[in-house]
Amino acid sequence: MLSIEHLGVTLEDKAILHDTTLTVDVEEIVAVLGPSGSGKTTLLRAIAGLVAVESGDVKWDEVSVVDVPVHQRGFGLMFQGFALFPHLDVAGNVGFGLRMAGTPPELVTSEVSAALDWVGLSGFESRGIDDLSGGERQRVALARTLAPRPKLVMLDEPLGSLDRHLRERLVLETRALLTGRKVTGLVVTHDREEATLLSDRLALMREGTIVQTGTLEGILANPVDDWVTEFLA
Amino acid sequence: MRGVRWGWVLVAAVPTLFIGYFFVYPLVRILSLGLSELDIRSIGVEARLLKVGWFTLWQASVSTVLTLLVAAPMTWAVSNFEFRGRRLATALVTVPFVLPTVVVGTAFVALGWRDSIVAILAAHVFFNVAVVVRTVGTLWGRLDPNLHDAARVLGAGEWRVFRTVTLPLLRPAIAAAASIVFLFTFTSFGVVLILGGFHYATLEVEIYRQAVTLFDVQLAAVLAVVQLVGVTAALYAYSRFQERHTTTWALRTDQDRERPVGVTRLLAIGSVAATLIALAAPLAVLVGRSLGAGSYRGLFDSDRVVGTPIASVANSMVFAIIATLLATTIGLMAAAVITGRRGGLSRWFDLTLMLPLGTSAVTIGFGFIVALGWPVDLRASFVLIPIAHALVAIPFVVRSTVPTLRSIPGDMREAAAVMGASPGRVWREIDLPMVARAALVGAGFAFVISLGEFGATSFIARPNTATVPVMIFRLLSRPGPASFGMAMALSVVLAAVTAGVVMWIDRARVGEIGRF
Repeated sequence: MLSIEHLGVTLEDKAILHDTTLTVDVEEIVAVLGPSGSGKTTLLRAIAGLVAVESGDVKWDEVSVVDVPVHQRGFGLMFQGFALFPHLDVAGNVGFGLRMAGTPPELVTSEVSAALDWVGLSGFESRGIDDLSGGERQRVALARTLAPRPKLVMLDEPLGSLDRHLRERLVLETRALLTGRKVTGLVVTHDREEATLLSDRLALMREGTIVQTGTLEGILANPVDDWVTEFLA
Repeated sequence: MRGVRWGWVLVAAVPTLFIGYFFVYPLVRILSLGLSELDIRSIGVEARLLKVGWFTLWQASVSTVLTLLVAAPMTWAVSNFEFRGRRLATALVTVPFVLPTVVVGTAFVALGWRDSIVAILAAHVFFNVAVVVRTVGTLWGRLDPNLHDAARVLGAGEWRVFRTVTLPLLRPAIAAAASIVFLFTFTSFGVVLILGGFHYATLEVEIYRQAVTLFDVQLAAVLAVVQLVGVTAALYAYSRFQERHTTTWALRTDQDRERPVGVTRLLAIGSVAATLIALAAPLAVLVGRSLGAGSYRGLFDSDRVVGTPIASVANSMVFAIIATLLATTIGLMAAAVITGRRGGLSRWFDLTLMLPLGTSAVTIGFGFIVALGWPVDLRASFVLIPIAHALVAIPFVVRSTVPTLRSIPGDMREAAAVMGASPGRVWREIDLPMVARAALVGAGFAFVISLGEFGATSFIARPNTATVPVMIFRLLSRPGPASFGMAMALSVVLAAVTAGVVMWIDRARVGEIGRF
């Protein structure tokens, strides 16, 4: 279980996150929904260990991970622009995390083809990154994030860079995949529909802090303030 | 992200110690020697200093102006028009620039132009035309043609447009090219040493003469200080112009050149042909004269004074390989520090590592002799030769790799880290494969630089460790047609090897040759 307690992050003298509190239960998927610039991406980066935490705590199963370096946290993060490695083929990208974990090469090969199977890209192993369409890139990025079976999967605007038509199709596929793999997940998005379709529970973020959590219906039935009502309208 | 990262400390320490001990420390020793002990006002010294200083300044200025004038027609032609062979012509014009200075000097000796100011100036122009064609041509080819057309519509004639629109727009590129040519000619060593005879000496040549021939280390140190001041001024000017160079106006992509017609066509193609023929002539004569009277076979004969000339090729190869490995490794480490996100340290590094580029090679060699007796006496060791070459080459490796490293998106490294790659592993898995091609280009430069390096090597090479340029100089210094022939033959060999490596680089690299 992930628990974020009164988290504060300051970048270049600007408070990006303050007093942010949120929990994600095992096999639960939470969507952080908020306008752009509200600190959603920074929240994911702080959990991953890519930015320094100034105050508060990030815990996994009640143990603080704040002092654990990025590469030893065992969390997965899918970047907004996917950040696929252009010098590696699809298999090289998807198998990267497994290789870093010291998985034997034969096992990497079989795990990579399994992961590609999940996202419907069987046989794409030796394709170059430049030869992929936008939708294929998204799936490769997803497979790369899921392949090492991280204890927490974080997705930063997972469909954000795709066109509308593709998003509608991929959003349901992605949700089915996450649920099917029994993933504990944290998804960041600015799109209400995407948030509700991808998650079990919403966390509304505004100006660097979580203002309300719950299901869409629950929040709408009992909004904490007018901003919440307006934002979800 | 807490605590000290020892890997990082090591990566920063190696280039720091290398540059510190082999460059900064000798430089400080020269400065203290030059600034303290000598009375500049003593008779003879002052006169000598004035004479050499004046000649250095004078010939560099004249060489620069002449180079600009000679290069102008071809620059105009290749940047404004499209014609068959245009690309080949721009590639060919670069050939003299990459040739070792000793080869250029020997080529003009082959023309029979020894011991004259004309020979020095001609060799400098020959060597530097490419700098102007490349630097100015790149900007000229990308100036928005609408600017020219607008001026014409407003009633200006062609010449008037050139003077009032084109020339002012090109000024930053011209200034940058001029300061780089000035720098090269101000620090010219091999060419002047070979073609200047006893009458003409630049500061660079005089440092060598005072230190090596006349053993006046103090006067040499004073000269080196004067030299440093001049070089720093030229480098400062260059960096200023470069900065302004990058702020550009309406530029277009470098494509749609018009095909010249009529008189223009004649002028364009004529100026390109004339330039290329003029540049080819000394090389053709060099090759032609090297073919006479068993010169190549003579390279294999043992000689009592100079040794076996062809053995210098083996020496050069060994030194070039060591220098390339050193320069590439240290240059890459330095590039990693420069592009690592540690503001202050990275900027300081960037600056320090460019210093060897500005310092003359002779000063580097001289510094080794003055300073490297401590803590271990390295002065007699052959390792100094590849180390000196690596010092000269490191800035080129850094310059080749830093842009590529900077262009790697930050989230690539972050993605690798999130997936479990330690900082060192991120470098191996992400940075290194992506920078490999650029590093290979840098390594190619290092190899060529090492093969042709003469200024520093002339101080530290021993009879049995002579490199090819040193051997060529020794052969040239000996009277007799047989030695001349062998010097020319060896020059052709060196030129051929250099050209081969450069052609390989040109195929491997992405950007432009001769950005310095």
